[in-house]
Amino acid sequence: MTKNSRALVSCVVVGGVFAAGYALRAQNAPAKVDFVRDVQPLLEKSCVNCHGAKMQMGNLRLDAKASVLNGKVVVPGKAVESTLYQRVAGIGEQARMPMGGKPLDAAQIALLKAWIDQGAVWPDGAGSATAEVKKHWAFVAPKRPALPAVQQKAWVRNPIDAFVLARLEKEGLQPSAEADRITLLRRLSLDLTGLPPTPDEADAFVNDKSKDAYEKQVERLLNSPHYGERWGRHWLDAARYADSDGFEKDKQRVVWFWRDWVINALNRDLPYDRFLTEQLAGDLLPNATQEQIVATGFLRNSMINEEGGIDPEQFRMEAMFDRMDAIGKAMMGMTIQCSQCHNHKYDPIQQEEYYKLFAFLNNSHEANAAVYTPEENQKRAEIFRNIRELEAGIQHRTPDWKERMAQWEAKVRNDQPQWTVVRPDIDDISTGGQKYLPQADGSLLAAGYAPTKHRAKFTIKTDQKNITAFRLELMNDPNLPLSGPGRSILGTAALTEFDVEYSPVDDPKKITKVKMARATADVNLPERELDKIYFDKSKNRRVTGPIAYAIDGNDLTAWGIDAGPARRNLPRKAVFVADRPIENAGGILLTFYLKQNHGGWNSDDNMNHNLGRFRLSVTSTPEAVADPLPAAVREIVSKATSERSPGQEQALFSYWRTTVPEWVSVNDDIEALWKQHPEGASQLVLHERNEMRSTYQLTRGDFLKPGKQVQPGVPAALHPLPKGAPMNRLGLAMWLTDRNSPTTARSMVNRMWQAYFGTGIVATSEDLGRQCEPPSHPELLDWLAVEFMERGWSMKHMHRTIVTSGAYRQTSKATPALLEKDPYNRLLARGPRLRVEGEIVRDIALAASGLLNAKVGGPSVYPPAPDFLFQPPASYGPKQWHEEKGADRYRRGLYTFRYRSVPYPMLQNFDAPNGDFACVRRTRSNTPLQALTTLNEPLFLEMARALAKKTMAEGGSTDRDRIVYAFRRCMARPPSDAERTELQALLELQTQRFAQGKLKAADLTGSEDNAQLAGWTALARVLLNLDETITKE
Amino acid sequence: MKPNLTARRWFLKECGIGAGALAAHTLLGATVNPLAPRKPHHTPKAKNVIFLFMAGAPSHLEMFDNKPQLAKFDGTLPPADLLKGYRAAFINPNSKLLGPKFKFAKYGQCGAELSELLPHTSKIVDDITIVKSMVTDAFNHAPGQLLMNTGTQQFGRPSFGAWVTYGLGSESQDLPAFVVFSSGKKGPSGGSSCWGSGFLPTMYQGVQFRGSGDPVLYLSNPPGVDTELQRDSLDSIRKLNEMRLGAMGDPEIETRINSFEMAFRMQSSAPELMDLSKESQATLDLYGAVPGKPSFANNCLLARRLVERGVRFVQLYHEAWDQHGNLVKDITTNCKDTDQACAALVMDLKQRGLLKDTLVVWGGEFGRTPMVQGGSDGRDHHPNAFTMWLAGGGTKPGLTLGESDELGFNVVKDKVHVHDLHATLLHLLGFDHLKLTYRFQGRDFRLTDVHGNLVPKLLA
Repeated sequence: MTKNSRALVSCVVVGGVFAAGYALRAQNAPAKVDFVRDVQPLLEKSCVNCHGAKMQMGNLRLDAKASVLNGKVVVPGKAVESTLYQRVAGIGEQARMPMGGKPLDAAQIALLKAWIDQGAVWPDGAGSATAEVKKHWAFVAPKRPALPAVQQKAWVRNPIDAFVLARLEKEGLQPSAEADRITLLRRLSLDLTGLPPTPDEADAFVNDKSKDAYEKQVERLLNSPHYGERWGRHWLDAARYADSDGFEKDKQRVVWFWRDWVINALNRDLPYDRFLTEQLAGDLLPNATQEQIVATGFLRNSMINEEGGIDPEQFRMEAMFDRMDAIGKAMMGMTIQCSQCHNHKYDPIQQEEYYKLFAFLNNSHEANAAVYTPEENQKRAEIFRNIRELEAGIQHRTPDWKERMAQWEAKVRNDQPQWTVVRPDIDDISTGGQKYLPQADGSLLAAGYAPTKHRAKFTIKTDQKNITAFRLELMNDPNLPLSGPGRSILGTAALTEFDVEYSPVDDPKKITKVKMARATADVNLPERELDKIYFDKSKNRRVTGPIAYAIDGNDLTAWGIDAGPARRNLPRKAVFVADRPIENAGGILLTFYLKQNHGGWNSDDNMNHNLGRFRLSVTSTPEAVADPLPAAVREIVSKATSERSPGQEQALFSYWRTTVPEWVSVNDDIEALWKQHPEGASQLVLHERNEMRSTYQLTRGDFLKPGKQVQPGVPAALHPLPKGAPMNRLGLAMWLTDRNSPTTARSMVNRMWQAYFGTGIVATSEDLGRQCEPPSHPELLDWLAVEFMERGWSMKHMHRTIVTSGAYRQTSKATPALLEKDPYNRLLARGPRLRVEGEIVRDIALAASGLLNAKVGGPSVYPPAPDFLFQPPASYGPKQWHEEKGADRYRRGLYTFRYRSVPYPMLQNFDAPNGDFACVRRTRSNTPLQALTTLNEPLFLEMARALAKKTMAEGGSTDRDRIVYAFRRCMARPPSDAERTELQALLELQTQRFAQGKLKAADLTGSEDNAQLAGWTALARVLLNLDETITKE
Repeated sequence: MKPNLTARRWFLKECGIGAGALAAHTLLGATVNPLAPRKPHHTPKAKNVIFLFMAGAPSHLEMFDNKPQLAKFDGTLPPADLLKGYRAAFINPNSKLLGPKFKFAKYGQCGAELSELLPHTSKIVDDITIVKSMVTDAFNHAPGQLLMNTGTQQFGRPSFGAWVTYGLGSESQDLPAFVVFSSGKKGPSGGSSCWGSGFLPTMYQGVQFRGSGDPVLYLSNPPGVDTELQRDSLDSIRKLNEMRLGAMGDPEIETRINSFEMAFRMQSSAPELMDLSKESQATLDLYGAVPGKPSFANNCLLARRLVERGVRFVQLYHEAWDQHGNLVKDITTNCKDTDQACAALVMDLKQRGLLKDTLVVWGGEFGRTPMVQGGSDGRDHHPNAFTMWLAGGGTKPGLTLGESDELGFNVVKDKVHVHDLHATLLHLLGFDHLKLTYRFQGRDFRLTDVHGNLVPKLLA
């Protein structure tokens, strides 16, 4: 039984009990109800928490006479017409009150009924005098507040300080002194780039006597390409970025183009309103660029379930809910997913409004686009230009080409046999768990689980006489990898065998296998051994090749369509001619078997080689062959010349020229150009559908329980949709980034604040709604939000403003008195002191050791990790982890490949989220597993070794100089005498133990048997494990 | 001026391991340890949990739920009204019924019925509570496992173990509070989210242990580092951190010092835990455990050792019970791999006096269809009826609760939904499931979401 029917049953039961109890006790209601004695205490106890002075859910107050006796909530004398009575008694369709609490008992309900029926006497003076309903501050667009007056005007560097200082003065607290320059530069570098300053950078800043020395550092760091990495990572958390699908299969996906888009967008300071718009609707912008389409990957970071037993629509809906949640948390700073199942309990979002927002998003294909690096795109442009020039050359040399083409057209226009599309039944068991979804045009779209070897069986009943041939069309679909027509990660497919059987309808067991006389196809490629990704652990030589391979009875050969990167994703067709017509006197059952055996060994990985979308047809015309004209060209041919665009005319020419023998040499040249086409990569994106998908309000969020249909729209309690906004994702983006949006700017500046100071101005940064923690500095939040919007939504401007404030520049030293008064430093009487995020824990060690590979962007990488994690039974299925042996081993933590189901342990131990859902506030824990990681993890050891080597090579000649050098590479500042003495003692003792052979130096150094180097390695290891090394101070 | 180190040291020492700045209260400027042991709402019956998660979904029809009528109707189609609104994962629901593959008999004083696949479990029937009336909402593995673990099919919620750790804290000074093992042919379908902390602070998530090698990742010293060098290094780290603490006054540094000390302790306590050679041959034989050879049996024995050492929540995953085909052969193997050790665990806990406050839970994410999948040797996923068993921790021994219909398709008596099970297990651990909440995104979340009713019949 489903959850919903369960709920229904329990309702019925409760209802039954209630009805009986009510009937019994109703008579016992007090003869004369007194409001103050009987009713008010009941309202206070059960209702006023949500409908009172503090909160006015649904704009209702039950503590004020004016609000209750308004002619609707309570109709004096008529309880059954009063909403108060209806809702507590559970009458009607709306949820029963008190929402989320225990229903009132029968006596209490009887009491309320009696009071209303007796005239609802509410004595004047009882309850609240005011019935005012306040709008929650975060649902009103921010206005720029005036700066507060402060005593210590000299401390104020910019408006932020005025707000901070005003609060400190109110609390009787003093701001702290400015941090010293080295501390400040390390803090600034970690905050803006996530990398520590080198000792040289620190010295340069210390020695810079110019007045704007600090501001120069701010600009240097904001212009660093690492700025985009550092702040991009925060957005990746909010966008639930990961490199795999999640759920059981958790296959790899290619989405790093989107990750790099984020980094680049931040580095070029793409205004935040634009940043959001392109991610929500980049594909809908006029003349959308590849970059803008890639940006929609934000919405595609949802998980994908390809378990065998799934209904793809169910998990598309799960992904839609996830997108709503991500938009809520990352962009709106609001919890909207509560309203997925019911009206929001606290915030003004009705369930219907949730589905109205949902409807903006619900009209997209889950597409996977081909994408190219800038160099590749340049190459492509060059190829296309050359081809155009060569074609123009032929046309120029052939003045009558138009007439000749028209003659050819006349010849081919009607040369195709009459095909009848068939719509077969699918044998569910034969599909190996793959779903074949029937489409409107009679084709089938493969979805869900993708078994790498299966023989799918399709059956039709037909009365068609004398069937001579069968046609298989492979078609594109936006939901397939690179639009298909196959389901492999390249959008290709291989057809191992194509078999047909038939039997009389009245004697289904009398099966005849059709013998194929021949097969033709519009693509016949030379024989080629399967790529590595299709390796099936057998020793067989498995190949693809021409269409004959699909009827040769050999399971090792298949018809292949991979014609190289430029043309592997075209629709294709094949025609199979029976050796004699199937006469079919009294109706037959025709069964097609599509054997797809050319995938790899692991169906839980990206190894399938299946058909993606295809259609079957039959004909009774003799001698049918596969149409050599590509589907797009056939469509142009069928159009009148006057209806064709110049582009279509050119496309027609591009095909026709290939059929003209005298142009063979130019055709060969063009063919050679196509072969230079770059491979490219792919990216999950959204692609708007032509036909609007209907959106329904789902009962309790269950996709099997659609309620009424809804149209796109925005919640009534928030600002209206801007005039002229289209009713699609672009319109939603315009609404979210409107100047009147109350939460978009606030939530973003609040999260910036959180990143700098540890806690946001509103601590619950994922939720600025009614249930949020009250802001520590409400005016400051509004000031920052308005500043953000009025300065062109420039994120760099906001960073600059925050880091140049006096509040940011304070020392982070804490006194016991201050700790007691303000343990979490919400008031900012001192600077922030926080352990850095997991990625940066590693980045600091990489930078200190000199191993860091500072390359920005590119595919995710595989630093060392324990192998067993990626094998069963630790992981559901075997996963790929090709440990990097080259420079990519030492890339920043941000580029580490992220499997959702098997998080990278070092990052997991340091609280990095795994991308299952949007995260705008990480935990910052402090655990023994973290200590074990920095002490013993292999890469940390490599980093300690490298730091030791570098120290010996570059740190000077004395121990003293070297200790200072190594210490400063980690913490920027020089050590105190006491610290240096402690390290010196450790160095001497351990070097001695290695020299005496008590420990093997070569083990620790991983190379030389050198006691000194081993001693320095031990010292470097201590430095990398210090609290200060992994802390922004 | 230095913060009051002595007082804080006392606090950290007395109140368990140090971790995190996330706690809601502070004491003398120090953060309260979020893993400190805490009292639940009422006096608990159970202190610890061992959850034997049979991932992939075992067939109730082959193991626990004897259905002579299903045998009788083998090969016929199920009644049409039974299938109304029913969704199956792989098969057309209108597939032929498949009779049970194994013989059943009654065991123990309680007369509980079990199949011949469970000769060892048959010896403990008087100590366990069999629930034949489990139902769930999910019929795919990852969502089903998530529901059983987190109370919802969606990702992002805390697991049962995380809730319990959040609610009760840790009794162990040098081992994680929530430990997870995995054995069998595959890993769990829900991945690490099955033991994740969701929106709870990350220190409440389960820590994956391994049955061989380092039980915890990065437990061993790197090459060339012996215990003395490790100790010397930690002493230097502590002294340098203390110097910084003196300079900066940040209590988080004190927590860091403590984390490193616990890490060091874990370096000796975890290998000691894993060393099964200290167990008597009789005990090893009872479980069928072989030291050094990772198995579900070893993991069961380790679970007992963990509970002895104060670990709050132990979860053992064993995949894969997903018998769409090869039912007879594969379920026989699964039972051979698990039956003896499960029974041994209950017996061993009992004889050591640990069963009374250790709650043992056995079960998978859903059941299997009475209808056949494929030829004649497989069953599809089935959420409407399945069987679990409980032992110890205040459950009612010798009880068999609930009934499914004569085909084992729907529950007809004493239905226990996953949410009800959670409510009941939390009750045994001392919690009112309505009150064990965590505020996130403006809402008080609970393990049972907006569902769940205590099942009093399950209580001793």
